[in-house]
Amino acid sequence: MSRTRELATRAALALGAAAMLMLLIVPIAALLLRVHPGTLFERLLEPEILAALRLSLVTSVSATFLVVATGLPLAYLLARRQFRGKRVLEVLVDLPMVLPPTVAGFALLLAFGRAGLTGRALEAFGVSLPFTTLGVIVAQAFMSAPFFITSARAGLAAVDPRYLDAAATLRASELDTFFRVVLPLSMPLLVAGAAMSGARALGEFGATITFAGNLPGVTQTMPLAVYVALQSDLDSAIVLSVVLLAIAFTLLFWLRRTAGGGAFVAARASR
Amino acid sequence: MKRFRAMCSARRLRAGRAASAASFGTLLMLLATGAPPPSPAAANEPLTVFAAASLSEAFREVGEEFQRREGLAVRFNFAGSQQLATQIEQGANADVFASADLRWMREIETRGLAQGKAQPFAGNVLVVLVPNFNPARIHAPIDLARAGVRLVLAAENVPAGAYSREALRRLAGEPGYPPDFARRVLANVVSHEDNVRGVVGKVQLGEADAGMCYRSDVSRTVARHVRTIAIPGAANVRASYPIAVLRDARHAEAARRFVALVMSAEGQRILARHGFLPPQPGTR
Repeated sequence: MSRTRELATRAALALGAAAMLMLLIVPIAALLLRVHPGTLFERLLEPEILAALRLSLVTSVSATFLVVATGLPLAYLLARRQFRGKRVLEVLVDLPMVLPPTVAGFALLLAFGRAGLTGRALEAFGVSLPFTTLGVIVAQAFMSAPFFITSARAGLAAVDPRYLDAAATLRASELDTFFRVVLPLSMPLLVAGAAMSGARALGEFGATITFAGNLPGVTQTMPLAVYVALQSDLDSAIVLSVVLLAIAFTLLFWLRRTAGGGAFVAARASR
Repeated sequence: MKRFRAMCSARRLRAGRAASAASFGTLLMLLATGAPPPSPAAANEPLTVFAAASLSEAFREVGEEFQRREGLAVRFNFAGSQQLATQIEQGANADVFASADLRWMREIETRGLAQGKAQPFAGNVLVVLVPNFNPARIHAPIDLARAGVRLVLAAENVPAGAYSREALRRLAGEPGYPPDFARRVLANVVSHEDNVRGVVGKVQLGEADAGMCYRSDVSRTVARHVRTIAIPGAANVRASYPIAVLRDARHAEAARRFVALVMSAEGQRILARHGFLPPQPGTR
């Protein structure tokens, strides 16, 4: 009796897992099956595709720097301080992860567009975001920031308070302690968070096309180029998709292999 | 104990392999048989119409009229005609295709995806659209060539985008326009939208200084936020909209009746009310 049940459990497990694996793997396989390896590199060197690739790399790296520079202080506050309204702040930080990207893009337009809330002020400083590469970076940073902040916060919070006490007995200032103790100890999770954030920025589509528009070489990143190519030039769409896939896979694989990967997974689980 | 565990894991592996082999087999079967031939739709399944984005409001009204007459609901997919044509080529389940230009209808026809010959059912002309507060002070099409104007156009493979570029080329030949007018205007383009309504949206929000769209796109709600500037008649492009029943239509009979309604006096009245022109005979 228990033996049949055990078998049934195993069969159910295997079936469920196999179904999910199919869902995840078949689309990727289908994409790879459509590639003609000979033409892949040839098409890769076409100016439009190269422009999209270059723009995507520049913007996602810039967005990641922006997110790390501004996200680290916020992550530190969330990890090390208690204050009123912290819960609400945490939800606000997580919000872009679940917000439909088109809604995010529209909200960005209403906030930073020329006719938006701060448009006048920005224009006075000569800053214009819609239809510019800077706008792409802002859209990507908005969508990818939660990935870094979540991971960084977990890393900063995980530093054993005894080390901080020890630093305090040596009369180290908070800033000194941060750079000499906290930062090195939480580095794996900071790097993992930055990598996840960069990967998300690379794949950003909806907020970008809504907020920054679509112009080759200026705002047309790889995901936008795929979307446009899908409407008339399927071969280009496949090449671009495969390149995006390769970058994303490499990034995630590297993340798993380094120590940060395991820590990142642990951090997500402990949240 | 150790042996027991090893046995378990071996069995687990085998079970897993069997299961994935089974699901892989199903997949192979699906792949081998390919897409099933179109089966007639269930009586209550709505008619599916793929129509150019510019037809959104007008066709929705035609759809309501169709439902009143036939008791069959109509489900619409509005997008750039180039996107709809690609979806149909990739096997999307649609009964009727209404394109905003001949190019994408021909694409469908030459691939044998249409039933019979497509018929022109409406016309349209282009206008220049600027936000109400007209930030770049554009009063005539020639102002579009001024350096620094933020212009939004539909992408070149979108019908509205192709018509816009044609109109710019024709304007260059008008008296008072510089011969490199089109090139100068195109240098001002800050975004290529994937359908004409994307252009309308960016101008309506005041983010673009100007855009080019169909006259019919300026509905009463849009008109509250924008000003339109006419393009001189000789330089304007007359858009022609063809419609066809698709080869794989599951509702072929109803699809033909939908096309008939569009062509009828009532259908044409609805289109005219939304700013469309009658079809030009002999445009094919």
